[in-house]
Amino acid sequence: MPDYLPDERPDERPPTARRDDARRRVWVALWGRPTRAQVVVGVLLALLGFAAAVQVRAVRSDDEFTGARRDDLVQLLQTLSAAQDRVSRQLSELEDTRDELQLSTNQRQVALEQAQRRLDALLLLSGEAGATGTGVVITIQDPDGSVGAVTLLNAVQELRDAGAEAIEINNVARVVAETWFGPGSAATGSALVVDDRTVRAPYVVEAIGASDTLAKAVEFPGGLADEVEALGGSVTVTPLDSVQVQSLAPEPDADFADPTT
Amino acid sequence: MIALLGMIAGIVAGLFLEPSVPTGLQPYLPIAVVAALDATFGALRAYLDGIFDERVFVISFVSNVLVAGFIVYLGDQLGVGGQLSTGVVVVFGIRIFSNVAAIRRRLLHA
Repeated sequence: MPDYLPDERPDERPPTARRDDARRRVWVALWGRPTRAQVVVGVLLALLGFAAAVQVRAVRSDDEFTGARRDDLVQLLQTLSAAQDRVSRQLSELEDTRDELQLSTNQRQVALEQAQRRLDALLLLSGEAGATGTGVVITIQDPDGSVGAVTLLNAVQELRDAGAEAIEINNVARVVAETWFGPGSAATGSALVVDDRTVRAPYVVEAIGASDTLAKAVEFPGGLADEVEALGGSVTVTPLDSVQVQSLAPEPDADFADPTT
Repeated sequence: MIALLGMIAGIVAGLFLEPSVPTGLQPYLPIAVVAALDATFGALRAYLDGIFDERVFVISFVSNVLVAGFIVYLGDQLGVGGQLSTGVVVVFGIRIFSNVAAIRRRLLHA
C-alpha cells in the first residue's frame, strides 16, 4: 500500500534490531492492551472474513461447470443440443411408426370385426351354425294326415315374411335357401320329406325372430292357423324367450356358380 | 488480538448464517474480498514498520473495495467485465505478494 509505504526512512540500526522491532510489535498486538485501533481493524476484518466465507460458500455450492472455460462450455452445449436434436428426431420417427402401426391395427381390427359379423350372418343364413334367441314354437297337430308340403311351405314363407332368422322343423330339418319340401312315401310311413329328411306329424316349427311378429304371422285371419284348421288339424303358437335351433343344413354345393364381384 | 478475533467471528458468521449472495452483488463480492485482503496485508506491513494509522487503514480498506467494485462495474458496462476483473485480481495479487514479502523480511529477516 502506497499509503503505508512512505519513503524508506534510513534506519541506522542493524537489521537484527529492526527485526526485533517487528516481532515486538506482533507480541504487543496479540497480547497487549486492546486499543481503539484494534477494535476498528477487528470490525473491518470481521467484514472481510464474512465476505470471504460467503463467497467461498457460493462458489462451492455452484455446480461443476463454474470453473469450466467458455470454449469447453460452448462445445458441451453444442454436443448436447446435437444429441437432443438427434433424439427428438428419433422420437418423432418412432411416434410416426407407432401411429401407423396403430392405424393399421385398428383397420385390421375393424375389418376383422366386420368379417366376423358377416361370417355369423352367413352361417345363420346357410344353416351351418346353430342359433338361439327369442322366437316362437309352432306345433301343428295333424290327426288326419291332411297337412301337406304346401301347407308347411306356406308356414315357412309366412315366418320368413315376419323376419324369422332361423327356422327348423321337428328338430331335424333346418330351413335354408335350398330347402325343399316333398310328400313322404307310404313305405316309410312318413307324411313329408324336407331336404331328404323324414318329417312326421305333429310338426314342430321353431323360428327365431321377433316373437310377437312371428306369432301374428301365424295367427292372422286366413293365415296358417285357419288353413290348418280347415284341413282338420290344429295349431298352437308358443312365444319363448329362448328358442334353440340345433339342426344344421347340409353344406351347399357351388359346383357351377362362381361368384362375380 | 481483537482484530484476529473479529476475523474469526466474521468467518464463522459467514459459514453458519448461510446467507445467499444477492444476484446484483455476485460479480463484485470476490473482487471486493481480494481488495480488502490487499488492504489488510498492507496494513499489517505498515504496522510492522511502525507507521500504522487506523484512519488510513479504514479509508484505504473502503476505497479499495469501492474502486475495485467500480472498475468491475465499468468493465461490465463496457462488455469487458471478465477481463477487467481478471486484471484487478492480478494487480491485487501482485501487491499482496509484495506486501507478504515485506512482512516476511520484517519478521524473519529473510
